[in-house]
Amino acid sequence: MNFLVAAWEWLADPVNASGPSGWGARTVEHLWYTALATVIACLIGIPLGYAVGHSHRFRTFIVSSTGAARALPTLGVVTLFGLLLGIGLEAPMLAFVLLALPSVLAGAYAGVEGAPRDAVDAARAMGMTEWQILFRVEAPLGMPLLLGGIRSATLQVLATATLAAYVGAGGLGRFLFLGLKTQNYAMMLASSLVVVGLAIAVDLAFEIVDRLVRRSFPTGVGAAV
Amino acid sequence: MNWILNNVSTITDATWAHVWLALPAIVLSFVVAIPVAWFASRFRRSRFTLLLVAGLIYAIPSLPLFIVLPLILGTSVRSLVNVVAALGLYGVALMVRYAADALDAVSTDALLAATAMGYGPLRRFFGVQLPLAGPALLAGLRVVAVSTVSLVPVSALLGVNSLGMLLTDGFQRGILAEVASGIGATVVVAVAVDLGLVGLGRLLMPWERAAARRDARRTTVEDEQAVAA
Repeated sequence: MNFLVAAWEWLADPVNASGPSGWGARTVEHLWYTALATVIACLIGIPLGYAVGHSHRFRTFIVSSTGAARALPTLGVVTLFGLLLGIGLEAPMLAFVLLALPSVLAGAYAGVEGAPRDAVDAARAMGMTEWQILFRVEAPLGMPLLLGGIRSATLQVLATATLAAYVGAGGLGRFLFLGLKTQNYAMMLASSLVVVGLAIAVDLAFEIVDRLVRRSFPTGVGAAV
Repeated sequence: MNWILNNVSTITDATWAHVWLALPAIVLSFVVAIPVAWFASRFRRSRFTLLLVAGLIYAIPSLPLFIVLPLILGTSVRSLVNVVAALGLYGVALMVRYAADALDAVSTDALLAATAMGYGPLRRFFGVQLPLAGPALLAGLRVVAVSTVSLVPVSALLGVNSLGMLLTDGFQRGILAEVASGIGATVVVAVAVDLGLVGLGRLLMPWERAAARRDARRTTVEDEQAVAA
């Protein structure tokens, strides 16, 4: 309990909260890293997932490579790129994109692939082009699954973004590593609580978006679940 | 390459330390998740809340959890109990969902038949529901095992020995081969544990393979008949 009080006092102290290296600025930085990595992963993963899901080709490749990517220790990828690219944001960002990609890819691919055959066949019979089928039938039907993939990708990156500080970048991990070195438990606990709070807030935000999406696409894949 | 050849004993030591952190955590996840999942599938109203809590636990970043948990458990940050407990907590959070789905998917007919044959609730669970849910439970446990093995290295940031030590040490000393061997060995451990679980599944559920063989044979026969027709 004493630690919790100390952590609260640390957070409430304006010296720790404000300024370019205060926890306020570090939180914004942390969210920025998360958003950037997730958006890059989406830019790569969604087109690739849609292509594979629509064409039903390279399915085994996607499934096995996403499985293998999950076995990679993120700390290893961060330190490996850190050594190769040097101190800075490039190395952790590359690692985070690699971390987020499997979930986004799997969500995009599974949503499109799982669109009911009847609906796709009906669209084709109506004379829709392949692009129209993809964007007007399969993509809307797969929206809940894609969103689920983006959600777990975002949470994974948000949780792992603390490791960015290990290779010299910013984010809330700064306080964790500084606290570890100086045995400052109040600082470590306080910044941990901020990260946990962020994770819960982001998860709840996704829950709300998820419900809105399911309402707009009521017959989507997985709508019954 | 030279670094690896000169440090084989360091790598094997770290690999064993890694395995001994991951295995207890995986066993713990399974043993704790089963009763929780049973509760969630038996009392439908608790299901939503239990799965929500599990989801939130899984959303907690690992490094902060490794640091915060000792304050709750009263252990030191570097204690093995702390690391296994943190890994186990993630494992349980992930496993509960898989296990609840697996138990739910067991056919009601089989459960009713068992009750009609005079099976009590306990015997019905261990004799009918659990074995029938076996393949789905195994599939979930394999995901939990791989994610646990790849999570262990984070504990090296606290100074706990595992393959993660090769990552932190290699990064600080700028030895690329050390970091690469840490990543490679972690993946090897993950694959080995995964294969071990598949083997264990074959040993404990011999009927699954028999059924798969029978299905395969039936399909071939049907195919040949189709071709002949």
